Amino acid sequence: MSHEVFDYSTTLGSAHFPNPIFTASGCAANGKELSAFFPLTDIGAVVTKSVMTNPRSGRATPRMAETPSGMLNAIGLQGPGIDTFLREDLPWLVEHGARTVVSIAGESVDEFAALSRKVRNSPGVSALEVNISCPNVENRGLVFACDRASAREVIEGVKRSVGNSLPIIAKLSPDVTDIVAIAQEVVGAGADGLAMINTLLGMVINTETMRPQLANKTGGLSGPAIRPVAVRAIYQVHAALPNIPIVGMGGVLTGNDAFELVLAGASAISVGTATFNDPSAPVRIKNELAELLVARGFTRFSDAVGFAHRAQA
Amino acid sequence: MSATINSPIQSDCEVISNRRVGAYQHLTLAAPGISERVRPGNFVAISVGDSRSSMLLRRSFAIYQSTSRGPFGGTIEIIVAPHGAGSTWISQRAPHDRLNVVGPLGNAFKIPKDPVRALLVGGGYGSAPLFPLAEILRQKNSRVEMAVGASTAERIFAPVEGKRSVHSLAIATEDGSIGVAGRVTDLFDNSLSNIDIVYACGPMGMLKALTAIGERAGVTVACAVEESMACGVGLCMTCVLPVKDKTGVIKMVRSCVEGPIFDGDAVQWDGIGTIPPGTYGAPR
Repeated sequence: MSHEVFDYSTTLGSAHFPNPIFTASGCAANGKELSAFFPLTDIGAVVTKSVMTNPRSGRATPRMAETPSGMLNAIGLQGPGIDTFLREDLPWLVEHGARTVVSIAGESVDEFAALSRKVRNSPGVSALEVNISCPNVENRGLVFACDRASAREVIEGVKRSVGNSLPIIAKLSPDVTDIVAIAQEVVGAGADGLAMINTLLGMVINTETMRPQLANKTGGLSGPAIRPVAVRAIYQVHAALPNIPIVGMGGVLTGNDAFELVLAGASAISVGTATFNDPSAPVRIKNELAELLVARGFTRFSDAVGFAHRAQA
Repeated sequence: MSATINSPIQSDCEVISNRRVGAYQHLTLAAPGISERVRPGNFVAISVGDSRSSMLLRRSFAIYQSTSRGPFGGTIEIIVAPHGAGSTWISQRAPHDRLNVVGPLGNAFKIPKDPVRALLVGGGYGSAPLFPLAEILRQKNSRVEMAVGASTAERIFAPVEGKRSVHSLAIATEDGSIGVAGRVTDLFDNSLSNIDIVYACGPMGMLKALTAIGERAGVTVACAVEESMACGVGLCMTCVLPVKDKTGVIKMVRSCVEGPIFDGDAVQWDGIGTIPPGTYGAPR
């Protein structure tokens, strides 16, 4: 085993991380709860739950349904609002040495811009995730990532606010006809990286009550059930934009699953739903992926990124 | 509401025994590291199936008994009601099988320093965490009455050894197959004239009814709620319910970390399944 010479580091724009395993926004709260299971410094970064301007109660329950190899959720971005987040949650992460990607969500271009200005002025942030693809907003018309012009406007607004002070990572929805077109649009608007994929919109109907299971009726589908969709989306976008780093996510439960997304073109991997199943999953997956890469003869993680695109020797 | 923060651990626990108790399965697990820190009211979250399971969400169970030492090291015991595919799988584990357990989780029943006259009310297998609570209350020289109700006899969980923990035990079943025919609230004087505190665990409807009885009598009802949870450790935000905080503001709080035990009068029972008007952060 030659872990000593294995370079596990990765880069997203100007941000460097000692390893590519991150939490996924919305699946790790704001870090405290997970720190009971492993030191947050062990993973590449904590991606915080998407925060909005004001406190949010989120949606009524039931908010969740288990589905085959996955789950449906409609939390509705419950959270403390940006000011409380920056006063309480972010400093806690910084104190504990966690590299932090702050995820923001807004209902308008102006809200995204204002949120990103506040995050820019806060110390200890590695990168900014711009969640333009939450499926659980009140109005499907507000899913900015489903419309090229809206996606562009949000990222342009954020770019004007933060300039080059923080890498901007646009989080994309797979619920579009052409994800490559959306990716090109946000990169053209100034995104330094892409996070993909957010959940897919789904529904479960309870056959006892004969009504939708979730109070919100629809919810976001996550877990291994959606992994092939993630692999496809990452592969397509990496092929079109090979120099844009992708934070890949979608049903990663094991190091081998993470490897699949890396081969498709992901420069970092977010572990989401797996953490509900196994709160130690991020660190376990980090170790499993390293073993796998070393076993395959890689000396640098970055050499494996997008490897599936290479012609057969 | 207890503000105690547990630091849970995650452990592969061997099944020591699994026996049928009426409609339920009583599992004993070797859980060193967890068992020593269990306090009555805490729960564990257990994963379903192997590492390639199609059921990803943990199932949560109130801890019945725990021992910190013995032939197997520390053990915990849980009562499993098989209903869905996941709880059925857990209920079918055999000795030497292993279960991945995270715990202890959640807050615990608050124990008054001085002796009290306590009424413990369980619905179905909700009585399970009340027996260790009864033991601790009795050690503090409290008087402990227990009332357990269920739809039918096989859904009453009141083991012989548990009966020794209480001064009196009354049982009600809706079909009259054991005990009094009726509801658990038929088993005691609803004016609570001889009761200082009520502890309850069971379905939301029962907890709501007990809270109303407690409010009329001016007696606190500590309620252990059962909300469906995906993770049990505070990550997923699915197990929330509307609860009034000390300043009177209703907030959507996680029953896994802020609960599962709440003061009944703080829980907005009629608002469960909604965002009650005025809730902190409610849509405007």
